[in-house]
Amino acid sequence: MHISEGVLSAPVLVAGALLTVGGTALGLKKMDYEKIPEVAVLSSAFFVASFIHVPFGPSSVHLVLNGLVGIILGWMAFPSILVALALQALLFQFGGFTSLGINTFNMAAPAVIAYYLFNFLIRKANHLISMLAGFGAGMIGVGLGALFVAIALVTTGEGFLNVAKILVVAHFPVMVIEGIVTSFCIVFLKKVKPEILGEVGR
Amino acid sequence: MHLEEFAEGTSFLHRLDPRVKFISVMPYIFVIAFIQGLRGPFLALMVSLSMIGLSRISFKKVIGRIIVVNAFILFLWIFLPFSYPGEAVFNIGPLKATYEGFLYTFSITLKANAIVLTTIAVFGTTKVFSLAHALVHLKVPNKLIHLFFFFYRYISVLHEEYTRLKNAMTIRCFRPKTNMHTYRTYAYLIGMLIVKSYDRSRRIYNAMVCRGFSGKFPIVSHFEFKKVDLFFGFFIIVITFTLAII
Repeated sequence: MHISEGVLSAPVLVAGALLTVGGTALGLKKMDYEKIPEVAVLSSAFFVASFIHVPFGPSSVHLVLNGLVGIILGWMAFPSILVALALQALLFQFGGFTSLGINTFNMAAPAVIAYYLFNFLIRKANHLISMLAGFGAGMIGVGLGALFVAIALVTTGEGFLNVAKILVVAHFPVMVIEGIVTSFCIVFLKKVKPEILGEVGR
Repeated sequence: MHLEEFAEGTSFLHRLDPRVKFISVMPYIFVIAFIQGLRGPFLALMVSLSMIGLSRISFKKVIGRIIVVNAFILFLWIFLPFSYPGEAVFNIGPLKATYEGFLYTFSITLKANAIVLTTIAVFGTTKVFSLAHALVHLKVPNKLIHLFFFFYRYISVLHEEYTRLKNAMTIRCFRPKTNMHTYRTYAYLIGMLIVKSYDRSRRIYNAMVCRGFSGKFPIVSHFEFKKVDLFFGFFIIVITFTLAII
């Protein structure tokens, strides 16, 4: 879902970079020094998990998990996703440095939205409602992410309209799978280690 | 996971001061991203290719990396030429491929490859920790660099944990298929990975406090600004201005 280098126009790249600087500043403000190892090692776990390919019919999709990142880390999803994407740009050339800002925003903003919509529900409610909330978080993470990518492309040029439409449609099955995996994962964490859902992101 | 495969080497690009790399090359790749047309991107691509040559890294491995980027670009080639207004070159049914559309897509292809090759030749040839060290000098917020440091340090550890969990699943005859059982199992695997990483981070923090961590990492090796750094920085700045003007 990362847009590679050289595609987007200057205004889109600059706007994305500014929004990410803002989000990251807020995230860093929430992250005290004692929280750094927590957020960092959780980020490593998400990074490793995002390489998991789950089967979907004859093909497979890889997990994005930004909804889950958002539920757990809140605003710290911004710095967390920023370092992960910076490393990918550096080592694997997925995405890139010039598009780092907009790519981070496209994934981290839905994560923060998922946090505000669902985190309190998951903390307070019973397992069934938590499960639904987790499903919503997973769906919103990927769905809004794809939508933001589409908006970035179309803002660059009208010519990208078809590409953007296909991109969004292609993400529908991913949204559902992501929702299912996130909801099971949330309920698991709620049973095994509820403090991860309550304390880290605050 | 062998991550830094281009960082081993002795070319002058490997020995450049990472601070100079950031200061000169970051504006350079942004200018490539901002320019339009074909002339500028073509010049940039030539510069990038010569940098790859100078870095003396394995060309075969570079090709492997380039394929990833060009998969996305190929996807654009299927759609963009047909959705750009202008003079028609040929038609497929109701679809009209335009001259302007082709030029635009070609320009994007050149730009993307130029930036990626530069990134590999310049940033790929420095160890990740040296890059992080350079960012400290460039006044990037300390917390962000610490986050990056621990994040990168523990990827291989968490990957080991993941492999162990995965092996345990395989031993118990887990076969991934398109069904609820598979998705639930993967969700629990990820959940377990998160629990393990959280517990580990508590131990890391406690160990750091015990050893009197004061928010600073003592570093033995320091950067040294040499003549070759000045030359490289100057060269990149000249190229950057040339690209911005033509």
